[in-house]
Amino acid sequence: MIETHDLSKQFHDFLAVDGVNLNVQAGQILALLGQNGAGKTTTVRMLTALLQPSRGWARVAGYDVTRNGHDVRASVGVLTEQHGLYMRMTAVEYLDFFGQVYSLAPIMRKSRSDHLLEYFGLAEASRRRIGEYSKGMRQKLALARAMMHDPGVLLLDEPTSAMDPESARLVRDEIARLKSSQRTIVICSHNLTEAEALADQIAIIYRGRILLQGTLDELKHQVLGAPEYEIKFAGAWDSSRLKLPKDVEVLSRTESSLKVRVMRPQESNPQILKALSKVSAPVLAFQEEPRSLEQVYLKVMMEAKGLENVQ
Amino acid sequence: MFSKLKPVWLVAGRELKDQFRDWRVLTPMVILIFCFPVLMNEFAKQTVDFLNQYNANLILERLVPFSIMIIGFFPITISLVVALEAFVGEKERGTIEPMLSAPLDNWQLYFGKLLVGVVTPLVASYLSIAFYLVMVSRQNLVMPPFITMLQLILLTTAHATLMVSAAIVISVQSTSVKAANLLASFIVIPVAILMQGEAVMLFWGNEQVLWLAIAGVMIISLLLIRVGIAHFQREYLLGREIDSFNLRWILRTFWRNFTGGARSVGEWYRRVLGSAMRRVAPAILAVALVAGVSLWMGYDWVMVNVTEMIENASPENLEKIASRARELPDLSSLQGGVNFPFLFLNNTRAVALIFFAGIFSFSVLGVLLYMINISLIGGVFALLQLLGIQPWPIFLAGVAPHGIFEIPALMIGSAAMLYIGVSIVTPQTGKSMGEVILELLADWTKIFLGLVVPLLAIAAVIEAYITPSLLMNVLK
Repeated sequence: MIETHDLSKQFHDFLAVDGVNLNVQAGQILALLGQNGAGKTTTVRMLTALLQPSRGWARVAGYDVTRNGHDVRASVGVLTEQHGLYMRMTAVEYLDFFGQVYSLAPIMRKSRSDHLLEYFGLAEASRRRIGEYSKGMRQKLALARAMMHDPGVLLLDEPTSAMDPESARLVRDEIARLKSSQRTIVICSHNLTEAEALADQIAIIYRGRILLQGTLDELKHQVLGAPEYEIKFAGAWDSSRLKLPKDVEVLSRTESSLKVRVMRPQESNPQILKALSKVSAPVLAFQEEPRSLEQVYLKVMMEAKGLENVQ
Repeated sequence: MFSKLKPVWLVAGRELKDQFRDWRVLTPMVILIFCFPVLMNEFAKQTVDFLNQYNANLILERLVPFSIMIIGFFPITISLVVALEAFVGEKERGTIEPMLSAPLDNWQLYFGKLLVGVVTPLVASYLSIAFYLVMVSRQNLVMPPFITMLQLILLTTAHATLMVSAAIVISVQSTSVKAANLLASFIVIPVAILMQGEAVMLFWGNEQVLWLAIAGVMIISLLLIRVGIAHFQREYLLGREIDSFNLRWILRTFWRNFTGGARSVGEWYRRVLGSAMRRVAPAILAVALVAGVSLWMGYDWVMVNVTEMIENASPENLEKIASRARELPDLSSLQGGVNFPFLFLNNTRAVALIFFAGIFSFSVLGVLLYMINISLIGGVFALLQLLGIQPWPIFLAGVAPHGIFEIPALMIGSAAMLYIGVSIVTPQTGKSMGEVILELLADWTKIFLGLVVPLLAIAAVIEAYITPSLLMNVLK
């Protein structure tokens, strides 16, 4: 698991990360979202014990990043922004080298390497020099290296950025599998759809500070307000006759549709359905208005920048 | 122990494999190993033919050892490029982060790089020397004796260790390969000067000085390795991205450390200089012990060597020495030239020289200069005894009055220099190498300006205006 409190990093006059609090349990994925230079990589580097926090603390896989750097690094698998591949090595040599660095036994190295190369579709090219690989192949190999020692914590910076859709899907499936096997995963990404699909928790970081953090639903509720629903009728129907619960706000009304905002959907939605059924409303569809993470992100960013401009 | 060393071999092995797959490293190495000795051999043949006309046998004898030294040196210069980019090259290629994120200790990473950096040029140098020796053995050239051969091999090893250890320090501290290559001149120029000196020693045939050169180079190399490890910080390798000379920051950091936030000269002396002196205190104790050893060494050297010289001297020469010793120096004539400014500047220059010699050699040369200065007192003491003159009255009148200020000033100045050397080779967490050096320079400046210079000024006044009269009274 990953736990941080007031985690901060100052480079001379520049505060790169400011008071980050995270709590990611085993079997959870945290997506760290933010612009370039927002502090994502610095945060990840502190979690890998590469950078010493200027303030606050972080515990990764039960180890303190300041005092037990070696143990932290042994427990973490990192996919870095730059893949860090040795171009004159073959994939087999490369994975074997890192297997040795992580003190894996020869049999284990062979089986892990074979499995990962096979899984990521690199088995055929495994004896070729990495310098001959395409961008996507390199990224897959870098990911394989991060997973080579089967770490309890994975810190992945843009895990699918250079991949074709098929490979990206493969990687997402693997991340989901790792999550189900109780790994703790942090993904830094600009791919909001991916973050939405994978993450249990989302944190939006801006200029070193976490602006917003929570589950996707919590973020949507917090930023975009209560969920909105559209009720479509099979033809013209007077919806003003409908008696709605108190926490439901009518947003718009047409002959054939009704748009409402529901403060407590768990309680109110069954009551709305009941009310519709009571008056025998010709309901064609009752659906939530789609609201994406992108909307949340853009709104948060816009507000942050607006606030900054005002200041 | 083996499990701790395993990662070192691992890092070195990977690097070595990588090097041998790079034709840009291999090609010049092969050319230097096999072509340069052939050229050198041809040069030696031509020189032999030429010098035989003039019976310059001594030069001929030393020509092969000199060629061996040069042949051994060239592959090291090429491998320097590899050592220079050991860390900064990986940083530029983006391969450093996965390595730094791995469970490897700093020293394991460092020694892995250092090992391959030293071994590659050494193997190339040894191969090149061996190839040259095979050619020499087939011609009418004199093979060097075993001791010279051993010295040459050790010199080559010392050069490789020195250059590679310095290159790796540069590689860790640089922000780009270009910057590292530019900084390489700080290695190549001193080593080239050193080699010129060694070549002179080789032609001169002074074995003892060559042994000292080998020992000196090895000590500096070990200190450089220590410096490299002490200032190896993962954070630093990832943090700095821009090569810039920030004069404002340099001056600000130095000034902040120099003034220490003091609001008055009194406060500066009490708090800022006081705290610097407390830091330097262990070094003062060390230089005091070194002073004792130096005094004894100077005394002993004169006693042994001058006695031997007197024993071997002819009666005429002995008479000449005795008559000169009997002549009283005309101190009044000296007083015109040896005045306060002369004495003050001379002594200040000596302390500054010790500092400059020390800062470029991690205190080694500075301590040597200090030892020479102190050993002179022991030497003069012994010389007076040998000449049958009571040394104590002369010392009490001629040295003690100004010496009670001058000698502590010399010791404190040298201790501050020693403190800098020791601090540079000591790990300083959370500080960059530049910050550490600026803090140390500020400490030295505080001590030099606040204590050493005033003490030397007082000593110079006494030496210029009081000591001569006291000495004249004693000598009368």
